[in-house]
Amino acid sequence: MSVASPVRTLVDGWVVAKRNLIKIKRVPEIMVFVLLSPIMFVLLFAYVFGGAIDAGPGLDYKEFLIGGIFAQTVVFGATFTGASLAEDMQKGFIDRFRSLPMARSAVLVGRTGSDIVYNVVSLVIMALTGLLVGWRAHGSILDTLSAFLLLLVFAYAISWVMAWVGLSVPSVDVINNASFLVIMPLTFVSNAFVPTESFPNGLQKVVEWNPVSALTQAVRDLFGNLPDGQPVPDAWSLQHPVLYTLLWIVLILAVFVPLSVRQYQKASLK
Amino acid sequence: MTDMIKAHGLVKKYKGVTALDGLDLVVPEGTVLGLLGPNGAGKTTAVRILTTLLAPDSGSVEVAGVDVLKDPTGVRSKIGLSGQYAAVDEHLTGYENLEMVGRLYGFPKSKAKARARELLERFGLADAADRPSKTYSGGMRRRLDLAGALVAEPPVIILDEPTTGLDPRSRQQMWGVIQDLVSSGATLLLTTQYLEEADLLADDIVVIDRGQAIARGTADELKSQVGGDRIEVVAADPGRIGEVVSILGKVASGDVIQGERSASAAVSGNGADQLLSVLSEVRGAGIEVLDVGLRRPTLDDVFLELTGHEADDAESTPDTTTQEVSA
Repeated sequence: MSVASPVRTLVDGWVVAKRNLIKIKRVPEIMVFVLLSPIMFVLLFAYVFGGAIDAGPGLDYKEFLIGGIFAQTVVFGATFTGASLAEDMQKGFIDRFRSLPMARSAVLVGRTGSDIVYNVVSLVIMALTGLLVGWRAHGSILDTLSAFLLLLVFAYAISWVMAWVGLSVPSVDVINNASFLVIMPLTFVSNAFVPTESFPNGLQKVVEWNPVSALTQAVRDLFGNLPDGQPVPDAWSLQHPVLYTLLWIVLILAVFVPLSVRQYQKASLK
Repeated sequence: MTDMIKAHGLVKKYKGVTALDGLDLVVPEGTVLGLLGPNGAGKTTAVRILTTLLAPDSGSVEVAGVDVLKDPTGVRSKIGLSGQYAAVDEHLTGYENLEMVGRLYGFPKSKAKARARELLERFGLADAADRPSKTYSGGMRRRLDLAGALVAEPPVIILDEPTTGLDPRSRQQMWGVIQDLVSSGATLLLTTQYLEEADLLADDIVVIDRGQAIARGTADELKSQVGGDRIEVVAADPGRIGEVVSILGKVASGDVIQGERSASAAVSGNGADQLLSVLSEVRGAGIEVLDVGLRRPTLDDVFLELTGHEADDAESTPDTTTQEVSA
C-alpha cells in the first residue's frame, strides 16, 4: 500500500475543506443555529444564574463566566464535525471519496480543518456578546490572542474525537444524543460555570483534573479574568493550566487521529 | 482479450449472515457484465469488494491487472464508481462536484475544470452546470453521479443499480447514456435488479442469488435454458379449457400450465409452426378462442425457473418500463 505524501494529503484536504466551506456559504442556516446557542448560553448564565452564583470575592460573575462559556462552546462545536461525517456516510459520500485515489486522511483533515473556520466565527460572536454583557479582557493583546488560540487548538483536538464517533455511529441522530451525554458532564463537572470549591469533596478531584477545567482556567488567566490574590486550587493541573491543556491536546491527537483514519478506512454503510 | 475484472471465490459474511458465498466474476476488456439479482442477493457487497471499499473474508480479486487486496490505491485510479446512492453534494453545483472529483483524482486545477465542463456538456447538464445540484431532478443527479465516475476516463467502470428509483422516462435516458458509454468501448460491470436492463445493456449476465452465481451466459443463452417459446391460448368458454390443455400437451416440451380459461406451455423447435398446428386443431374442435400468443421467455421467467422463487419484492420488476422497452 502506498502512503500518500504529506503534500498530497494537504492538497486533497484543502479540496475537501473547500467543499465544506461552500456548504456553509450556501446554507447559512447551519451557522445561525450554531451561533445562537452560545449567545443564549451567555445571556442565560449572565442574567439567570449570575445573581445566584458567587464566583469569589471581588469577582464579577460575568467576567468569570465568559471563559467557561467559550470552553464549553468550542467543545460542543466539535459535534458538528462528527455529525457532518455521519451525514456524509449516510449519503454515500464517504464511499465515493474512498473509491477515489486520494490521500487516506484527506477527508478528515479537510473536515476538521474547515471546522476551525466555524469555531473562529462562533468565538467572535461570543466575544461580542460577552462585551455587550460587560465582559472585558484585561490581559495584553498577546495574552488575549493566546487564549483564543488555545481554545481553537483544543477544539481542533476534540474535533478528531467527534470525527471518530461520527464514523462509528449508524446515523446522524445518534451522534447528537451521544455527544450530549458525554459533553454535558464533561463541561458541567468542571469549573466552567461554578468555582471548583463549590463541588462536593469527592467530585472536586475530578473537576480539578478535567481538561475542560484547565482550559477554562488558562483562558481566564490569559484574559485577566481572575482577580489578584484569589487562591488557585492546589492541583498541578490548575497551577499549570496552559501546559496541562497542551498535554491533553497532544494526547487526544495522538490517540484519535490514527483511530479516526482507521475508522474511515473501514467505515461502511452497513 | 485481457480480463479487466477477475474475481475468484469471493466470500463475505456480515455477523454470521453470508452475503457472498464463493462468487466468481470475469469481465473481458470492452465488454459489459450485468450482475442480476433481487435485493439482498449480494450485488452491492460484490461491488464494494471490487471497488476497494470492503475486504472479502476470502477469495482473490484483480481489477485492470491490479490486485485489489494488495494495492487498493492502484485500483482506485483505474476505476470509476457510480453507486446506487447518487453521491453528489447537493449544495455544490454540478460543475463544482465534478471539479472536486477531478482534483481528488490528482488532476491539476485547469485540467479538472476543463474536464468538468466537457462532461457536463456530454451529459446534457451544461445548462444546469452552475446551479446547486439539489435543484436537479433525480435523473439529472444520476447522470451527474455517472459523470463523476468518468472524470478520470478509468478503464473500468462499475455502476451499482444505476437506474434504481428513477421514473421510466429518466431510466430510458440513463440507458441511452450507458449505451453510448458501451459503444465507446468501456469495460463495464453493472448491477441491476431489472431484468430488462441487463438484457438491454449487458453482453454477459451473471444471475446471483443468496451470494452465489446461479447462472451465467448471454441473455439468449439464459432464455433458452427456460425452454423455447411459449404458446398461450385463452378460451372463451372456461368449460372447454381442458380440451385446450390436451391439445397443447401434444406439442409441449414441459408441463402445460392451466389457468381458469387460459393454458400455456413451452414448446421446442419453431414456435410459429407449432402455434399454427395448435390453432388449426383448436379450431377443428370448434373451440372459440379469445386470445392466442407466442411469447419469447423474459429474464423474469429465467429467474423464476432458476431460483424457484420470485425476484423477491414487487418493486424489483418495473411494470410500465418493461413494456415500453420491449415494445
